[in-house]
Amino acid sequence: MATMADSNRQLQLTADGELKHFLSLEGLDRALLTRILDTADSFIEVGERSIKKVPLLRGRTLVNLFFESSTRTRSTFELAAKRLSADVLNLDISTSATSKGETLSDTLLNLEAMASDMFVIRHAQSGAAHFIARHVTPGVAIINAGDGRHAHPTQAMLDALTIRQHKGSFSGLKVGIVGDVQHSRVARSQIQALNTLGVAEVRLIAPDTLLPTAPESMGVSVHARMEEGLKDLDVIIMLRLQRERMEGALLPSEREFYRLYGLTREKLALAHPRALVMHPGPINRGVEIESAVADGPQSVILNQVTNGIAVRMAVMSMAMSGQLAERQGQLGRASR
Amino acid sequence: MSRVLRIENIRPVQHGEPSQALTSVLVADGQIALIGDQARHGEADQVIDGGGQWLLPGLIDLNCHLGEPGPDRRGTIATETLAAARGGFTRVCAVPETSPVNDSSAVTHLIRDLAAQSGRVHVLPVGAMTRGLGGEHLSDMVGLSSAGCVALGNGGRPLRDARVLRRCMAYAHTFGIRLFVQPENAVLAADGCAHDGALAARMGLPGIPAVAETTAVSELLLLAEETGVRLHLGPLSCARSVALVRAAKAQGLAVTADVTMHHLVYTDQVITGFDGRYHVRPPLREESDRQALLRGVEDGVIDAICSQHRPQDHAAKQAPFAATEAGLSTLETTLSLGLQLVAQGQLSRTALLRGLCQGPAEVLSEPVPELAAGRVADLFLLDAQAQWAVSEETLLSTGKQAPALGERLPGVVSMTMVGGQIVYRAAD
Repeated sequence: MATMADSNRQLQLTADGELKHFLSLEGLDRALLTRILDTADSFIEVGERSIKKVPLLRGRTLVNLFFESSTRTRSTFELAAKRLSADVLNLDISTSATSKGETLSDTLLNLEAMASDMFVIRHAQSGAAHFIARHVTPGVAIINAGDGRHAHPTQAMLDALTIRQHKGSFSGLKVGIVGDVQHSRVARSQIQALNTLGVAEVRLIAPDTLLPTAPESMGVSVHARMEEGLKDLDVIIMLRLQRERMEGALLPSEREFYRLYGLTREKLALAHPRALVMHPGPINRGVEIESAVADGPQSVILNQVTNGIAVRMAVMSMAMSGQLAERQGQLGRASR
Repeated sequence: MSRVLRIENIRPVQHGEPSQALTSVLVADGQIALIGDQARHGEADQVIDGGGQWLLPGLIDLNCHLGEPGPDRRGTIATETLAAARGGFTRVCAVPETSPVNDSSAVTHLIRDLAAQSGRVHVLPVGAMTRGLGGEHLSDMVGLSSAGCVALGNGGRPLRDARVLRRCMAYAHTFGIRLFVQPENAVLAADGCAHDGALAARMGLPGIPAVAETTAVSELLLLAEETGVRLHLGPLSCARSVALVRAAKAQGLAVTADVTMHHLVYTDQVITGFDGRYHVRPPLREESDRQALLRGVEDGVIDAICSQHRPQDHAAKQAPFAATEAGLSTLETTLSLGLQLVAQGQLSRTALLRGLCQGPAEVLSEPVPELAAGRVADLFLLDAQAQWAVSEETLLSTGKQAPALGERLPGVVSMTMVGGQIVYRAAD
């Protein structure tokens, strides 16, 4: 039987091992992830120019297909696509077609009729991007901008880029992820990215109610007590805590959560003195992180946002060139 | 004068073993008139050459959705009972979650009428134990039984209210009505769609923990003990559920249980890659669970193997995993997947055939089917050596969302007979 890694490789890589969709990090190797980071690095310079454009996706149409609302992720995808000179269409589907009973695949067929080259998809169901990648017309790239609790691979890669910028490399790093891992697609992708890129240790810091089943099987260690978990950490990634977690009886109160797992200056002092503080945003000040820490010298939260544009440019241009190579391959075979 | 049919060159299967010697069977008046050497020379109007194939008593399915009444896209009694006959089944229990729900004698009569008109095999309706399967009000249990329901059940719907459940059981006990209950604690199962294990956690799929089933099994067993109702539990999916039923049986509780063939064959690993086809309820669990279920069938703690046939059209599975509808089309693959387990040494042939025939007959308090003179001629011919390719084209069911698509499975049913009438013959 195919493993998850096998089936993911098959779905998102061309025969030559080039990216053609970007759905999850499962099955992607260190060389490919490093190439994404290197490509992103080269795009950072574009953002610093007065004319922030390269023509890599000129004449290509990209559709931002958001079945779940999002401001930050959607705008960075849009900016990234525009800097690559693509034509961009933003569709907020959360309120339209699917509520009229149209199936996801019908929605997609309709959009394909508009001759798009790439879809960036966010959806509340785990596996939605995989489903679409399996059913889309060959030659069209799918980028996962977050599916349910499953994956948010561009977020994980922008976090990795931020870590590499500040720490130089991944080897020997100890990284902690704090908070609601169970409901977090960001955490799942981060764990895969960090382990593939070769950090020394990934620690989850959370109570059992916020941990996924069998967390050790993901290649992490688990700490219930934050004071222990923070010891010697080089990177601290705080996750956003959704208010509804209190209602679902997963946590007693925001106050107790903050007392146990909120990142305060006192707790931060337990980590490595040069530890990075990261957060995928949007931040709940005073719920998972103290304002002074979020805005403090160790915080790289705004770097993360800037890097998001470069990483998304990298992934989009790589997936498009993978798809073009496949299209040409098919044309070549057809003409022979 | 009724017609007499002879099937020659067959190996009757008794107690799981096909006979070494080739013999014949004579069918007349819907019954087996003679079997064995005496049948070889009797006069017959029609002769079928069995070609050395096995002859078995018809299989019985305790859990099968026939799509009718309901939307046509899910199949009809005509199409799905043909699929049943092709799978070797001659009696199938039709679950109550039809549309409308089988919670009144009118719906039961409708099902029986449709089955009489267009059914290839016997259809045994199972009624709803609560009105609309809503879990709040008792259905007209006695009326449903009088109309022909062989049991009443929860139709796989969650059991939210233990007080209603206890009253269902007490009322059913009063009138000797059998209950078929799929155990699942609705609150613990919540919005889950896959086994709550390492794989679902990694895939970010909301999980259904094993305790959602085992706490329900415990509760049901305690209530059955108190009320004295005849309780049948299934399908079971976890190792701990088998242990609980084993302990209850050891203490003398009159409880029976079943498992689906897909839970005996597959684990949650098949949903890797978000394959919505294997979205079933209860979910496919881990290898240790599968092994415990196989042991349960082997030693008889699990009485029956069911198909849990749920024909789904393409659209039902055209969505991200959690949004797909649960269910597989299984009537045609159940026996073949079982024979594959036998060939792989995972299950004995005796236990397989007991689970598909004797076991379910006992659950229904019916006489154990046998190939013997004087018994109703509900039987089928099986080419156990032959293989067939499972594909959307070869399946007769309207539901093409079947397990083992694209694979070749052992065991081809070449002819099925119900009440002495041939209801299915494989195209040569």
